[in-house]
Amino acid sequence: MTDELKNPNIPVPAELEGTVTITTLDKLYNWSRRSSIFPMIFGLACCAIEMICAASSRFDLARFGMEVFRATPRQSDLMIVSGTVTKKMVPQIVRLYNQMPEPKYVMAMGACASGGGPFKEGYNVVSGIDKFIPVDVYVPGCPPTPQALIFGLIKLQEKIDQQSIKSVPWYNSDAIEAIPIPILGPDLIDPRQGSQIAREMAVATEAEA
Amino acid sequence: MYGLGIIRGMGITLKHFVDTYVDDLRFLGKRYYDESSLKVRQGPKAAGAFTVQYPEEKLAMPERFRFVPFLLFEENEDGTTQDRCTSCGICSKVCPPQCIWIERTKDPVTKRPVPEPKDFHIDIDICMNCGYCAEFCPFDAIKMDHDYELSSYDRTSAHVFNKERLSKPVSYYASIRPNFFLAEEKVRAEENKKKAKQAEAKAKAKGGGKAKAAAPAPAAAAPAAVAEAPAPAAAPAASAADLDAAAKKKALAEKRKAMIAARKAKKGK
Amino acid sequence: MAAPATPNTETEVLSLEEKFAGIASPDTREGYEGYIIAADKAEEVVKYIRDDLGYDYLSSVTGVDYLEDDHMEVVYHAFKTEGGPALNFKIQTDRENPRVPSITHLYPAAEFQEREAYDMYGILFDGHPDLRRILMWDDFEGWPMRKDWKEAYYEAETKPFKNRWPGGDVYRIEANNPFNKNVVYPEGFNLNGYNPLGDKTLYDMLNQYDRGGSNLKTDQIVVNIGPQHPSTHGVFRMVVRLDGENVNALKPVFGYLHRNHEKIGERNTWLMNMPYTDRLDYLTSMCNNHAYALTVEKMMGLEVPERADYIRVLMNELTRIASHLWATGFLLNDLGAFQTPMLYLIKNRELILDFFEATSGTRMMCNYSRFGGVAYDLPDTLRDENTMDWLHEMIHERLPRGLEELERFLSNNEIVRTRAIGLSPVTAQEAIALGMSGPMLRAAGVPYDVRRAEPYGIYDRFDFDIPVGTTGDVYDRYLVRVNEIRESIKILKQCLRDMPAKGDIMSVKPGYTHKVPAGEAYGRGENPKGELGFYCVSKGKGHPYRYHIRAPSFINLTGLEKLCVGTKIADVVVVLGSIDIVLGEVDR
Repeated sequence: MTDELKNPNIPVPAELEGTVTITTLDKLYNWSRRSSIFPMIFGLACCAIEMICAASSRFDLARFGMEVFRATPRQSDLMIVSGTVTKKMVPQIVRLYNQMPEPKYVMAMGACASGGGPFKEGYNVVSGIDKFIPVDVYVPGCPPTPQALIFGLIKLQEKIDQQSIKSVPWYNSDAIEAIPIPILGPDLIDPRQGSQIAREMAVATEAEA
Repeated sequence: MYGLGIIRGMGITLKHFVDTYVDDLRFLGKRYYDESSLKVRQGPKAAGAFTVQYPEEKLAMPERFRFVPFLLFEENEDGTTQDRCTSCGICSKVCPPQCIWIERTKDPVTKRPVPEPKDFHIDIDICMNCGYCAEFCPFDAIKMDHDYELSSYDRTSAHVFNKERLSKPVSYYASIRPNFFLAEEKVRAEENKKKAKQAEAKAKAKGGGKAKAAAPAPAAAAPAAVAEAPAPAAAPAASAADLDAAAKKKALAEKRKAMIAARKAKKGK
Repeated sequence: MAAPATPNTETEVLSLEEKFAGIASPDTREGYEGYIIAADKAEEVVKYIRDDLGYDYLSSVTGVDYLEDDHMEVVYHAFKTEGGPALNFKIQTDRENPRVPSITHLYPAAEFQEREAYDMYGILFDGHPDLRRILMWDDFEGWPMRKDWKEAYYEAETKPFKNRWPGGDVYRIEANNPFNKNVVYPEGFNLNGYNPLGDKTLYDMLNQYDRGGSNLKTDQIVVNIGPQHPSTHGVFRMVVRLDGENVNALKPVFGYLHRNHEKIGERNTWLMNMPYTDRLDYLTSMCNNHAYALTVEKMMGLEVPERADYIRVLMNELTRIASHLWATGFLLNDLGAFQTPMLYLIKNRELILDFFEATSGTRMMCNYSRFGGVAYDLPDTLRDENTMDWLHEMIHERLPRGLEELERFLSNNEIVRTRAIGLSPVTAQEAIALGMSGPMLRAAGVPYDVRRAEPYGIYDRFDFDIPVGTTGDVYDRYLVRVNEIRESIKILKQCLRDMPAKGDIMSVKPGYTHKVPAGEAYGRGENPKGELGFYCVSKGKGHPYRYHIRAPSFINLTGLEKLCVGTKIADVVVVLGSIDIVLGEVDR
């Protein structure tokens, strides 16, 4: 642990070697965050089974400090979108994402969550959760094996390591805006596309006339 | 007695706890980070803690393991490479979620298709790892990979694999699936021999000495199959076995018809 | 658990025709069977089928849209719980104003299935108590399974799509079709001030229930459990109305994982559907493959080589064990024994998955059966051990040991017994009427198992018992699952002993195009969750015209409300756990 945290730029006097570690705040901050990522219990489909397998006896996410799956978004840092995202489910996912406190991360696990997967052509399937919420790591596979998932989690840890306490958005004074929740109308409606829908509707009615 | 069941349950938990330490003795301290003991620890004789210490130790993938597909190319001795793929399009036809796009090369002069892909795309965000492309490829040109560590930060740039990203040498294939590779090579060698013989016979019949033209290069079989696009993806080689199977199929269909008729007759009574 | 009684169909069939001459006429289309019943007299005929002919178990109800013939059809498959083949009857209706009498009062099992047919085809069922959309949301526009309805990402009627080859112009469909091109908005739709129905109809329905109970006036609250809840086993939602902590009404809400399986399946070729069936009940892909292969083999008249049949049984029973281990582990999780039992049980499941991975290539999505056999033979080695030795060790040592431990650990545990015994009992009659299948039905005391009732593959060669319960409570369901693991081990031992060491695994040459003769077929297999059925209609082309899945988890939930009303809110979670649902199959 001390090796990971050591700041090589500041020399430690020889007599204190092994007793004192000098580190940077960024390193300490990132190290503690990435070693205690609490994922949310959030299983959507097939990938969720592999996620559970990754968390249980054989692959044991506890080795990464990630075994504490929280049932509530308020206590979790990571949302693993594990499975097909359907239009009917998207409003709930966005709502859950909005409820998570910063810093929060999203992982798209499997082909479906990344880009729609084999069910992409379906009428009730969203082609990728990144249409609605920002995704940090994509794990391809259908489903990814537990080892592939853990590899993705390690990539996430690497990403966290890159961040600096000086520039992270959640300590900036401007509040982070919540994502507008999609509406289940005649089809799924993203409120951010409202004007576009209105335009298309106008074109359609004109064409009819 | 009330509570006995609970005590017994606790005993089992305790046993699981102790098992790992007892099992440690069996491996004499070499329980972790050792490939041979990992195999035992992950087999039906495993006892105690069952954990694979990924990423330090990785669970070996069986030979048939399939993840996202890849394309094979031959490495010639002179350093050039030769795609095995002839862009016949069978993989893109059998692909259930339709995630394979193949662009066929055309000869710039004759405008006739050339048996190699100009580009080859697989959208791994659609791919369902079913393995049909590899199963039905007549040229052993597309295979399922063992590399599952593909996570990325950005899917728009990283998740549509092009030909360059997909191509891997045959030697890599031989290393991940040695038995399959050997079996396939055997079949290919035989086929090539057969073809060479046929060509020779043909050449002889023609009276010319052009037998050499049909060099037993791996892609030699390609032009025949790829030349005519509209033909519904002809099977690689129609042999006696095919005809036999067709006859069998026909017989079965007739049998079924007869069955249905009989059933109807029964009901009609 | 008598051997399947030889059904005396001939006299019965005659009597149905005799009794209802002109009302029930045999279906004479090529490859079809069963009866077409006139809609106006349907109730009478169905009552006769149930009471006099003895087809007490309604298995599947589904719609079919015959666009060219300009009519729709509702297809029913009923069975006798004593065994035997299906009685298949249909009611036809026109496409403009599709109306069919509901049979929910005769067969309560039809409730959700009729709702599904309404949701997908817009067929109105007269007399249905709660006809709302089930998989899609209420405001959704259109009837998606109709043949003339096209989704936003529609590319072509059937696969393969033409632009994949040789053009190869790669694109992401959402880039090609940036804004829901095919979405039909109602006239004058305006997003500003748009007020969707949302869950209004659902809450209205919930509030119709008689408040009942004591004379004391109490506040009733409505609690939503799910769709994101750790104990709903996925994205399932239950809306519960509570009086104190007693449940007095419950409505399940589906569709949060509705992946349009059937719509995609009708575009796929026959073979392409095989890997999609993996993703139905993703814990039991081997069984799903088998049931689907059975259906298509039935239509094509294919036979399966002996070794392939043995391999299929081997895979099925291992799957059953894996699935029951998972179900039991999570039932215990729901009971409050958080994680520990589950971790122990998952160990053995992981080992079974190792075998699947070595044989078929993946742990979960096996895609293993083919029409006329299986895709690959067993591997030579598994983790550097001879496969047969590995299997022998597994089946003769490891799994029985694990099972014994499970029993010692849990079956007599006081907490498990106190929580589970007597919780939500169900009688045999109710279970049959509600269309339950699998361990749910057997726990209620009905020895109905497709492997016995209508043996498929080579299941008639094995000697095994069908475990049944007596009261149908949660504990019985748990015990039935545990005993089924024991019976599966018994089958596996026989299977390993009798399996021919060498032999063909395919009866036909493997190919990717299949011409299936025109007609219909209903194939089914005994999945760990219950009876998995496939209803396929072929028009003689390379892809199914209709591809319907009778999902056991979905139909087992028909009884959820009945099982939960009167229990405490904490027990609802346990009851749901004991039904053992998998959302991939519930919503398809």
